[in-house]
Amino acid sequence: MSVLNDTVDWLGDSANWSGDDGIPHRLAQHLDYTALTVVIAAAIAIPIGLWVGHTGRLRGLAVISTGALRALPTLGVLAYASLFSGIGIKPAIFTLVLLAIPPLLAGAYAGLESVNRQTIDAARAIGMTEWQILRKVEVPLALPLIIGGFRSATLQVVATATVAAYIPGPGGLGRYLIDGLAVSDYARIVGGSVVVIALALVLDGLFVILQRVALGSRPSRTPTVA
Amino acid sequence: MTWFNANTDKVWDLLLSHLWLSGLPILLGFVIAVPIGWFANRHRRLRGTILSLGGILYTIPSLAFFLVLPSIIGTGFLDPVNVVVALTVYAVAIMVRSAADAFESVSPAVLDAATATGFAPAGRAFLVELPLAGPVLLAGLRVVAVSTVSLVSVGALIGVSNLGSLFTEGYRTDNDAEILIGVIGIVGLALLFDLVLVIAGRLLMPWAYTGGQRTPIKPIVSFAQHLGGVG
Repeated sequence: MSVLNDTVDWLGDSANWSGDDGIPHRLAQHLDYTALTVVIAAAIAIPIGLWVGHTGRLRGLAVISTGALRALPTLGVLAYASLFSGIGIKPAIFTLVLLAIPPLLAGAYAGLESVNRQTIDAARAIGMTEWQILRKVEVPLALPLIIGGFRSATLQVVATATVAAYIPGPGGLGRYLIDGLAVSDYARIVGGSVVVIALALVLDGLFVILQRVALGSRPSRTPTVA
Repeated sequence: MTWFNANTDKVWDLLLSHLWLSGLPILLGFVIAVPIGWFANRHRRLRGTILSLGGILYTIPSLAFFLVLPSIIGTGFLDPVNVVVALTVYAVAIMVRSAADAFESVSPAVLDAATATGFAPAGRAFLVELPLAGPVLLAGLRVVAVSTVSLVSVGALIGVSNLGSLFTEGYRTDNDAEILIGVIGIVGLALLFDLVLVIAGRLLMPWAYTGGQRTPIKPIVSFAQHLGGVG
């Protein structure tokens, strides 16, 4: 019980809400890493995913590599990368990007695959170029699944950025957990964990709303069959 | 390799702990999730709520989950039970969705036929519904197994010994070979679990592999789309 009370005190203590080790600064760092990682990973994964989904080429390879990347233990990749690029933020970002690629890739190609073949043939028949088909037909129809990929990737990164605090370099909310563990400061550990969990839940909620909006804004939800 | 040869016993011990720490949540997760998934499929109005709850639980970051559990279930901070409980919750969270999908994939006409030929409700659930839901259940269980084996390693950060301990120790002692052995061990163990599940599937459900039928591989891709975070 006392840990719970201490945690409430820790979260309420104004000293924990200011300065470089304060919750707002740590939260901002965490969001910074997350945004940076997802943007880099998307720049790599989305074009490949769209290409695979549009052409249907190398699909087997995409499925297998996505599965294999999923099985990689994050902490191992992080520790390994850190030994070679030294402490600091670089190995953490590298690991996080590696992790964010599979869900983004899967979201993009599975999204395009889910588009009705007849719709695409119809677009081709009325004279759209391949580029127009991709941009005006496939991507809008696949948008909910593509956003789903961003949702998985973002949550994965938020979780793993916490683990990444094991390496001395990076800041972020994981600092509370790792540094707290080092000195057995349970209030800080649990308080930091609560903030991480809240962040994950809020981001997930935002993506749910975004997916709903994307689903609603599609030209027509069900193609009518005569 | 020299490091490995000198530390074979240690790696073997860690492998066994890893096996135990991942096998138990996979098994418990399956046993708990299947009835919940069956229930969710039966009660359409509750289905959405149950599945969303699973989704929410799965978004909880693993390290944070390991560390808030002691305050909820009264364990010690470094107790391996925290890892087992958290991973079981994740396994249930993923598996409930795939169990609900699995039972949904069973044709209602087949169920009516089973009732007509005299199956009692319980007999029908166990002898007709469960086997027919098998292929999709297996697909979900494979996803659970791979993700659980990989997640156990995060437990090393709270002092729970497993192959992930090779990461923390290898990092401290600047030993890249040790880290690599850990990665290989974990990926190998994940493949082993997967292989066991696939073989068990073939033995238990030979009908699902006789061509023309829906293959249990496909659902993984679409299903993976529903997964949130955890790392």
